[in-house]
Amino acid sequence: MLNRISTYFYLRPKVVLALMLLPPMLWFLVVYIGSLITMLINSFFYLDGFTGKVIHEFTLRTYIKLFDPINLQIFGRTTLMAASVTLACIIIAFPLSYFMARFASQRMKTFLYLAVTLPLWSSYVVRVYSWKLILAQEGIISWFARLIHLDWLLQLYLNLPGVGGPSLSISATGIFIVFVYIWLPYMIIPIQTALERVPKSLLEASGDLGATPAQTFRTVLLPLAFPGVVAGSIFTFSLTLGDFIVPQLFGNSSFYIGKAVLTYQGTSGNIPLAAAFTMGPIIIMIVYLLIARRLGAFDAL
Amino acid sequence: MSASVAIEFKNVSRIFSVKQEDQSGDVKAVENVSLQIRDGEFFSLLGPSGSGKTTSLRMIAGFDRPTSGQILLYGQDVSSLPPYERDVNTVFQDYALFPHMTVGENVAYGLMIKKVSKIECEKRVDDMMDLVQLTGFAGRKPSQLSGGQRQRVALARALINHPKVLLLDEPLGALDLKLRQQMQIELKFIQQRVGITFIFVTHDQEEALTMSDRIAVFNHGRIEQIGTPAEIYEHPITQFVAGFVGVSNLVSGEVAKRITGSDVKFSVRPEKIHLGMLGDKPEADTFIAEGKVRDVIYLGLYTRYLVELDGGGDLVVVEQNLKTTSMDVMQARGQLVRLFWKKEHISYMGD
Repeated sequence: MLNRISTYFYLRPKVVLALMLLPPMLWFLVVYIGSLITMLINSFFYLDGFTGKVIHEFTLRTYIKLFDPINLQIFGRTTLMAASVTLACIIIAFPLSYFMARFASQRMKTFLYLAVTLPLWSSYVVRVYSWKLILAQEGIISWFARLIHLDWLLQLYLNLPGVGGPSLSISATGIFIVFVYIWLPYMIIPIQTALERVPKSLLEASGDLGATPAQTFRTVLLPLAFPGVVAGSIFTFSLTLGDFIVPQLFGNSSFYIGKAVLTYQGTSGNIPLAAAFTMGPIIIMIVYLLIARRLGAFDAL
Repeated sequence: MSASVAIEFKNVSRIFSVKQEDQSGDVKAVENVSLQIRDGEFFSLLGPSGSGKTTSLRMIAGFDRPTSGQILLYGQDVSSLPPYERDVNTVFQDYALFPHMTVGENVAYGLMIKKVSKIECEKRVDDMMDLVQLTGFAGRKPSQLSGGQRQRVALARALINHPKVLLLDEPLGALDLKLRQQMQIELKFIQQRVGITFIFVTHDQEEALTMSDRIAVFNHGRIEQIGTPAEIYEHPITQFVAGFVGVSNLVSGEVAKRITGSDVKFSVRPEKIHLGMLGDKPEADTFIAEGKVRDVIYLGLYTRYLVELDGGGDLVVVEQNLKTTSMDVMQARGQLVRLFWKKEHISYMGD
């Protein structure tokens, strides 16, 4: 009996393919695309200011609201944060990834893999809260600054507009540090994978043809690692754009996109505006990916 | 032609320390090798894998450094210079073409690094592409080329800087037989045209014999013999060379004593042995052995006979099929024969 079923499927590979693809396709269409479309539809409704009810009528007035200076600021601030976090992640991740891909023994590599991904095993919220303690006024960083008599420098930095605040735990710098910490693994792994695929002989050939290590890095290694950098930056960039917990915990009154969405749909029940807000990061990501494609990041795919 | 020395190895050793769970210790990849390669020579490093030939090449290129000893490039000690400061270029086994650059950019890479002007760069790339017969391919990506074409690009890229020495690390290994034979001839031709010293690493003895002016046979990190292809083939001085380069009959002990009168081990090539009838009279200065044909293998161009000697031991004999046909030779099986070969055709093995 079992044999006949096997034979039936063996002779009809298309049926097998359909059966295999059905669950993921359903999931993808209903849960992913479906919710996106619902959100898109909602963003074209608007909230009646007097009754506090959502009016189900097609309108662009919610979108026009996005162009209020205060909302544009939120977009600008979030994009800038996402870009800085991404850049910092690249700079920190590259040397480690390079070491993992080129020099580490098999055993060392396994260890580093574990070490890099280990934080992902524990709860995101717990890790974020622990940073709250590290960055707090009474936390280890302030303590250390006092210990080496550099607390005046820390204070000077915190007084800077834009990046500072009452303490590191309530400042844009704090948000930045925590974001970099949280998303770093998502940058290390793709870069490491990309670097691993660059044959050693290419680097040798470059040196052989007269290129110094710095020239080899610029003309051979970096271009070939670029797809990995882009893949990692898609994670760090989009995750930063949408996150609301970190700005909530470490931010002052300035909003970030995620926090704005949360406030609009939760506190004020303005689901259309929250939906329209969410279209922001999606559009920013689309632009980002188009630029990346322009730069040739997907040529190897 | 000047007889100046291009590359000299002075007692070069390269020892790798291996650290693994189950074993640790030193591996002598290259052991006390001394060698001189002349200017303008096509020189082959021949040996099985793990014999130290590639490590030697990598030390000339600068990818690896000798543990002890010196490597001189035209008299200058380069042992501790990085690759980018040596006037030596390499054709890699896997070609190592940059996948994100076009063929033209690949070839121009060395000039780009040296910041040669664009106009000169273009001219020299064109010249190189002509030399390797890839005119018009500059705009393609390496992934759009066949193996043989990639090989040529790698060659053009390595030659464009006019290096003093060109190193080739088994560059023909990945090509099929026909293409390989064609490239062998072409490489030799290009070498004669550019007049650069070529150092060629290969495990293929036929390839080494075909192209080289001289050959160094490597085994276990040491050089067994250095000589012209004819010297290596006709007069191998060690058992390893006799067995690795071509096919040899090795004869030793009692059997050797019965043939030559001394028990010193010797080798003789199968094609040097003449197969005759029992009563045939030997010419002057020949060795004789008698036996029975145990096996006959007809190979078209020639036939291989396995002869069991009367006093024990086997000899392989190869005869060209000048007059015989397969029908004739098959009847030789089981026949009693007399073997002759000239005394000058044997090589005594030291040890």
